[in-house]
Amino acid sequence: MNKLIVKSPPTAADLSLGKVVHSTSWLGLAGAVMCVFWLLVALFGPWLAPHPVGEVVSDNVFENISAAFPFGTDFLGRDMLSRVLAGARFTVGLALISAVLASGLGTSLALLAVVVPKWLDEVISRLMDAFISIPSKMLALIMVSAFGSSVTLLITTAVLSFSPGAFRIARSLAVNIEALEYVQVARTRGERRLYIACVEILPNMLNPVLTDLGLRFGFIVLLLSGMSFLGLGVQPPDADLGSLVRENIGGLNQGAPAIVIPALAIGTLTIGVNLFIDRLSSRRSRRSGGH
Amino acid sequence: MNSNTLWLIGKRFGAALVTLLIVSMVVFAITAVLPGDAAQAALGQFATPEQVAALRIKMGLDQPGVVRYLSWLMNLLSGNFGESASNAMSVAELVGGRFPNTLMLAGATALVSVPVALVLGIGSAMGRGSRLDGALSFITLALVAVPEFLVATLAVLIFAVNLGWLSALSYASETHSPLEFIRTYALPVMTLCCVIVAQMARMTRAAVIDQLDSPYVEMARLKGVSPVRIVLRHALPNAIGPIANAIALSLSYLLGGVVIVETIFNYPGVASLMVDAVTNRDMALVQACTMLFCSAYLGLVLIADLCAILSNPRLRTQ
Repeated sequence: MNKLIVKSPPTAADLSLGKVVHSTSWLGLAGAVMCVFWLLVALFGPWLAPHPVGEVVSDNVFENISAAFPFGTDFLGRDMLSRVLAGARFTVGLALISAVLASGLGTSLALLAVVVPKWLDEVISRLMDAFISIPSKMLALIMVSAFGSSVTLLITTAVLSFSPGAFRIARSLAVNIEALEYVQVARTRGERRLYIACVEILPNMLNPVLTDLGLRFGFIVLLLSGMSFLGLGVQPPDADLGSLVRENIGGLNQGAPAIVIPALAIGTLTIGVNLFIDRLSSRRSRRSGGH
Repeated sequence: MNSNTLWLIGKRFGAALVTLLIVSMVVFAITAVLPGDAAQAALGQFATPEQVAALRIKMGLDQPGVVRYLSWLMNLLSGNFGESASNAMSVAELVGGRFPNTLMLAGATALVSVPVALVLGIGSAMGRGSRLDGALSFITLALVAVPEFLVATLAVLIFAVNLGWLSALSYASETHSPLEFIRTYALPVMTLCCVIVAQMARMTRAAVIDQLDSPYVEMARLKGVSPVRIVLRHALPNAIGPIANAIALSLSYLLGGVVIVETIFNYPGVASLMVDAVTNRDMALVQACTMLFCSAYLGLVLIADLCAILSNPRLRTQ
């Protein structure tokens, strides 16, 4: 939720050392490559799958890596490569939809809060503060216990728990921009509130808002795959990467690739996103001169 | 401590209580009001309307939501958490039996993670820009990003399956000797520590660097004070507030991690109890566990706030 605080953008002094700049940009590039890779897998993966997702193709369960089954087979003897390709679409797709909705909702509410009367701003802010103090996993657990798990519910839950954070950041950005002269000029000119919010304020905060969207995407991947791992997320016969780890947990004793590969897949996705975002925000802080 | 500080602290306490109240409303609304008719759900679709109506009155569902919320809240405050539907035990008894285990796990994690994180954070702040700092910064960034179950499965694979040093399952009741204790707790604590140490080390590094960039440290450096002395005598006392803040905030992430870790290792704590309750849709138990975890979370955030207030003279006199 407020993990954003922990991010420590390198200061100007950091970046004056050539070596550090060099290594961060390499890592940022690697992160970007990982993000693009998973995006492509989510888009085209299911067409590349060698076998249908649900088909049992081997008599051996938890088979090791081989030429026929590059990722081995799962607890029923299904091809792991096909299952990971299909699972990635769920993981990336669900998280992307939720992150866009959460950021969109948070940012719209923030713009609204800045241009409407003070008391309404106060009401919106208090409400968001209340939602931010429920840890996302707790909210997800009570939502599932009340309504049962479904794709719509998972998206709703992710939006509910991550839009308050987006709101908080977007509001603090918008408040600063709102105080600038060109906004005051537009106001004096007699522009409508909607115009001020969308044309004057929004374009100037788009960059940090998009960075925040990326961070939120990472958190949502962690939340949703965690829920699936508990058996409370994406329900069979569909499976995201978290469900794949859960259903193959029996192969842990033999160190089967069926459990290691989906777990590593989630790891590379989230690490890639974080490296990429870290790079983006440190570049911005350098451009604006340190802090 | 002046009256200004006391007022500020009192205000934070008040705000925390109000937030907890709102959280309880949200929890009650989601678990008890929105899902619809619990009496119909309990009896199934073949029940006669008379049966449903009778059960509804017995469960108090004929009352408006606000009245039900208030009586639920009064019950919570007087320590009456209701009956568990799936275990035929009182919720207080169930949670009370598991709570010490979770507290033990959290305590052990805090005891290990805080010193490690402080050393890593302060160390990398001192050697800022060095190869070690770069490596630590990459490792902590990666660890913050990975899910707990990846760390847990890899740890089980390495230490329990390949090396055979530790048992993959933990049973809190069987610890008689210190060695057994370590064997039981090592994997869950290690998994929880990974994410939390990474968080805490990053925040500590940022807090110390913030001080190291300030003019008074530059002055000390120009005077020729040794780097170790600069950090220990000049920067650290001023960074204690932000660091304490970082520790409390990072520990609040334990709540998310503990849910996954207790489930993987079959650890008999409150979090695994809650996951079972969610699976069985045992509402009274879900409500009690959620309120317990949310209170703990708000408590830690409150402590983080108080550390920030108490250590910052500017905040005190504002």
